[in-house]
Amino acid sequence: MFNTLLIANRGEIACRVAATARKLGIRTVAVYSDADAQAKHVASCDMAVHIGGSAARDSYLKADVILQAALETGAQAVHPGYGFLSENETFAVACAQSGVTFVGPPASAIAAMGSKSAAKALMEKAGVPLVPGYHGDNQDPDFLHQQADLIGYPVLIKASAGGGGKGMRVVEASEQFQQALSSCKREASASFGDDKVLIERYLKKPRHIEIQVFADQHGQCVYLFERDCSVQRRHQKVIEEAPAPGMTPERRQAMGEAAVAAAKAVGYVGAGTVEFIAEPDGRFYFMEMNTRLQVEHPVTEMITGLDLVEWQLRIAAGEPLPLSQDQLEIKGHSIEARIYAENPDKGFLPSVGKLLYLGLPDHVAFARGDIRVDGGVRSGDTISPFYDPMIAKLIVWGENRDQARARMIQALADTQVAGVHTNVAFLSRLMSDAAFAASDLDTGLIERQRQTLLPPPQACEASWLALASAAVLASQSAQGQASQDPWARTDGWRMGGAYHRDLHWLDGEAARRVTYRLDRTGASFVVDGVDAKVEWKVQAEVADGAQTLQISWNGRNQSGTVVRDGERFHLFSLGRHVTLTLHDPLAHADDEDVEHAGGLTAPMPGKIIAVQVKAGDKVKRGQPLLVMEAMKMEHTISAPADGTVKEVFFAVGEQVADAAVLISLDGAH
Amino acid sequence: MRNQGTIFLGGPPLVKAATGEEVSAEDLGGGDVHTRLSGVADHLAANDHHALQLARQAVARLNRKKPSPFAPSDAGEPLYDPNEINGIIPVDTRKPFDVREIIARIVDRSEFDEFKARFGSTLVTGFASIYGMPVGIIANNGILFSESAQKGAHFIELCAQRKIPLVFLQNITGFMVGRKYENEGIARHGAKLVTAVATAAVPKFTILIGGSFGAGNYGMCGRAYSPRLLFMWPNARISVMGGEQAASVLATVRREGIEAKGGQWSAEDEQAFKDPIRAQYEKEGHPYYATARIWDDGIILPADTRRVLGLGLSAAMHAPIADTRFGVFRM
Repeated sequence: MFNTLLIANRGEIACRVAATARKLGIRTVAVYSDADAQAKHVASCDMAVHIGGSAARDSYLKADVILQAALETGAQAVHPGYGFLSENETFAVACAQSGVTFVGPPASAIAAMGSKSAAKALMEKAGVPLVPGYHGDNQDPDFLHQQADLIGYPVLIKASAGGGGKGMRVVEASEQFQQALSSCKREASASFGDDKVLIERYLKKPRHIEIQVFADQHGQCVYLFERDCSVQRRHQKVIEEAPAPGMTPERRQAMGEAAVAAAKAVGYVGAGTVEFIAEPDGRFYFMEMNTRLQVEHPVTEMITGLDLVEWQLRIAAGEPLPLSQDQLEIKGHSIEARIYAENPDKGFLPSVGKLLYLGLPDHVAFARGDIRVDGGVRSGDTISPFYDPMIAKLIVWGENRDQARARMIQALADTQVAGVHTNVAFLSRLMSDAAFAASDLDTGLIERQRQTLLPPPQACEASWLALASAAVLASQSAQGQASQDPWARTDGWRMGGAYHRDLHWLDGEAARRVTYRLDRTGASFVVDGVDAKVEWKVQAEVADGAQTLQISWNGRNQSGTVVRDGERFHLFSLGRHVTLTLHDPLAHADDEDVEHAGGLTAPMPGKIIAVQVKAGDKVKRGQPLLVMEAMKMEHTISAPADGTVKEVFFAVGEQVADAAVLISLDGAH
Repeated sequence: MRNQGTIFLGGPPLVKAATGEEVSAEDLGGGDVHTRLSGVADHLAANDHHALQLARQAVARLNRKKPSPFAPSDAGEPLYDPNEINGIIPVDTRKPFDVREIIARIVDRSEFDEFKARFGSTLVTGFASIYGMPVGIIANNGILFSESAQKGAHFIELCAQRKIPLVFLQNITGFMVGRKYENEGIARHGAKLVTAVATAAVPKFTILIGGSFGAGNYGMCGRAYSPRLLFMWPNARISVMGGEQAASVLATVRREGIEAKGGQWSAEDEQAFKDPIRAQYEKEGHPYYATARIWDDGIILPADTRRVLGLGLSAAMHAPIADTRFGVFRM
């Protein structure tokens, strides 16, 4: 076994590998880019080497620099994780040549499975079922039409050189084929410069089922059962689970053996995943093989009780497979959800920024448990735009699918992230979706259920405003406690009268108001016209500025966590995340237009050295209009308000007198 | 404030009258003119809220530090609930109660270091602190006798020497009357108390927690003796003497007058005579009557006494406490 391992990756997977290495007593070396200098994965390893600039191509993709780091730190092996260099044959070869063990398959296997069509040809030879189709070189339209008729409709015309969903056409009936073909070829030519196509049967309601295989250096290969990754959005996996719902032992065995055959066909070593596409009746077809450890490997670990990274390291060290096929068994059911920093309401755009607060349910990290979290960021870390915006993987285990699903719903309810947008609410809805609950899975599920999964934003209920207001008043009161002086107390005591305070909130664009009243008889809130007594108690001050509060208002008790980010309040309660902005009229008092000093007249005698606008230009408040020079200094005349330039009275080079009118604006003061 | 506030030595009508110049108030002395051209004003506010914000910033920059002649001790709320005071004060004003119960609900941690507890027991004196600020408490627990008056004067001298503020809790019907007491020189001893109260230069605060009648008011730092603040409780009554007393005295005088002339004055007539007097005293000795005429600084709820005294003491701490030069104590 190695004594030092370099992890050629970052984020969650680097932390994952480090956790197992630590367990096995292996020293770890992390590599990091400029952006990752303070990252969690760096802190998780014993040593760290700086490898370059923030962009992946300047750091994590620089094979030579990484290999150099391995040699300098005395690492005997390199674990490439997933993505980056994990399926890069050149890197694998370079490692081998330098005497550093690449924890993964031989370069030849990577190459063999790298090309989709070459892989399919290889599989055909090995007797692995493929989607009925034509992948040949004959591109004659009539020939292709014939092939399509043979395959059986509906068919999918795919650009051979294509990807990302482009250059694909579904043809429902023979009559539509030729037109679809020419359209597809045109798009392929324009997007990829190559109009070669392949034809495949188009599967309705396809399920994406993959088999985890493991092979050692002694020719043994086993399958660690399947994972179902059907729930996808735009061909990206969102939810993965194991075992696949509806799978029968016979089918499992058939698929497993086919996967093992595929692995053996390329002389595979290490962890690999054979992806199949399956029809509702159980027929399955090879799609591709991923020659690396996959993101969703934890669900397999959860149902088999194994540590796949440990297996990888043992096998790379030359050990035989620790278990044989009949020693492997499935226990229970596991589901994984990927928590991303993205905004589902804005087309899932990545959300970058600082993680103000990350609250997670009770969990085990990187190891088996009822709730497991594999995370690569901590509270206070920044989600940068350079890499994928994954916050963590949330994995649950249950004795059966329903229990796992219920645990996942609970765990998501306890996942609280403030500072970036996340898909947590979307995932919660997905877990509760009727189709998902009924195991009615296929790759089109999310798109079909769009309406319920991505509902339009709604105004929050009054109780949320009450919770947020209680947090404001609790901290106001706490501030005053610090001082002895009764004048510094901020608990709202009034001699004989009542204390009123209006709190103005913004819920999205809507202005909402909470009126707080405190007198001898107690405190009350008026929210949305409902006037009721209120009581609150701060239960805990969690780290990172979060506060847990319990309030009782209008007959309801509610407990929640409040994270404050300046004027923005993040409220987490009842499994939901609501954001409200506190609008303090005093703090915004000077937002109103106060005229800029200087106006539109020359502040002193001088010379015009630049004119940036002309008559008819529309200008915005504060926009520079012209620049003059006087007393060896430049002075910029800016627009005091939005308006249109009416006339510019001077040109560049002209001298102006003190208080000369330089420019006139319409629609300005 | 822009378009709202103006300053000028002479307004538009006066300017027009003096020189014939016609100019609007805003152009003559508005916010824009004075903050940009003349420099008379320092900040321009866009609206009321902005003006408040600017005022707050200005006050924050005053760099005022409250001089604290005392190291603030650890405060701590009273151990007894101040709301209980409402149950301690009896409805019948003639019934006595122990004023220490009140003190325990005002001072920090209910800690009261009583001074000369066994002498002159109808006046309770002692040291305590309120919100960390040391105070000397003087509270009535009955009628004032010679001993109580002497003790009070002694205590006030101590506090004045040590620059400790005084808090008076008044509940006094008056000094003891009668031959024995006059012969003992109660007038002289009472005068010592009044001299001390009048000339003590420490901050004094008075709360009328019950009756405030006659010379007792003077000895216990009534309005005329310049307490920094004087408050009344809703059950308090203030007059030169109690209504019942006044009615009795006047009835006695009247009876003597009638009987001297040989007349008869029946009990009912006496009642009929006394009732309006009592009613008048009740009305004019009532806190609302007194407070409407600014004889006090306000009526407070008993439970708020601690907070009110704390605020007052803290405000008094802005100025150093002067040395006291007492008058002549009649020995």
